[in-house]
Amino acid sequence: MENFYLPLIGGILIGVAVSLMLYLNGRVTGVSGIIYSAAILPIKGDRVWRWYFIGGMLIGGFILKIFKPDAFTGGLPTEDWTLVIAGLLVGFGTVLGSGCTSGHGVCGTSRLSPRSITATITFILTGVVAVYVFRKLGIFE
Amino acid sequence: MKNNITSLAVGILFAIGLGVSGMTRPEKVFGFLDVFGNWNAALIFVMLGAVIVHFIAFRFIVKRKSPLFSTQWHLPTKKEITWPLIAGSFLFGVGWALAGYCPGPALTSLASFQIRPLIFFVSMLIGMLVFRFLDRRFDIKR
Repeated sequence: MENFYLPLIGGILIGVAVSLMLYLNGRVTGVSGIIYSAAILPIKGDRVWRWYFIGGMLIGGFILKIFKPDAFTGGLPTEDWTLVIAGLLVGFGTVLGSGCTSGHGVCGTSRLSPRSITATITFILTGVVAVYVFRKLGIFE
Repeated sequence: MKNNITSLAVGILFAIGLGVSGMTRPEKVFGFLDVFGNWNAALIFVMLGAVIVHFIAFRFIVKRKSPLFSTQWHLPTKKEITWPLIAGSFLFGVGWALAGYCPGPALTSLASFQIRPLIFFVSMLIGMLVFRFLDRRFDIKR
């Protein structure tokens, strides 16, 4: 039971959060795009809300740290360089691909956007194959 | 200003949802992607819960003329499936599998003050900077 009810409750909270963002501000909750526009793109008038959103996510993280510390495990048992490669790929890939798990996977898929459905299928299938390959290569020892 | 406060509140709720669901635990993400090994399908329910709620809510919300605190909708309008979309999602999938973090959970995990999410997050920002650099040179049509 416990195996699926927390994921389901968490998923519903995520669904409520992105629905509120749409209802109140009329925006997609896409974390990679929000970070890219807030931190990397040159200053435009319309970026302050993004910093508030990022601040909110950090506050949410602190709340988790206090009330649900087991939400953070510190990562997979791999060498630190794999995190650098992974971070570079995720940063570059999500901006090139116009979105990540939140913007494409949740918001776009719910909107039945062909681009988001294509992206979501691509990154999940790639992830499955990549885990298989990395396992064969012995990276997760 | 209202938009900022609502963004803050949505950020808090979104991060708590990620933490409760297990998305901030890289082993869970790894288990979800490990279909040919020791598959842990639990995270399917995260996607299912989020998409079902938003799929239904979306249909009601966009019937309104405008959002509550904005004069217009700010939704993506692009429809074409492009190579950058596929190539980017491919690279993202490889990185996601390698670390078990995607951008939202990585940002949330910064609050844990652990070193590994921080290494991932800083590298992710550098990856975005690299994109920005190439985009200015070649004007990539995403």
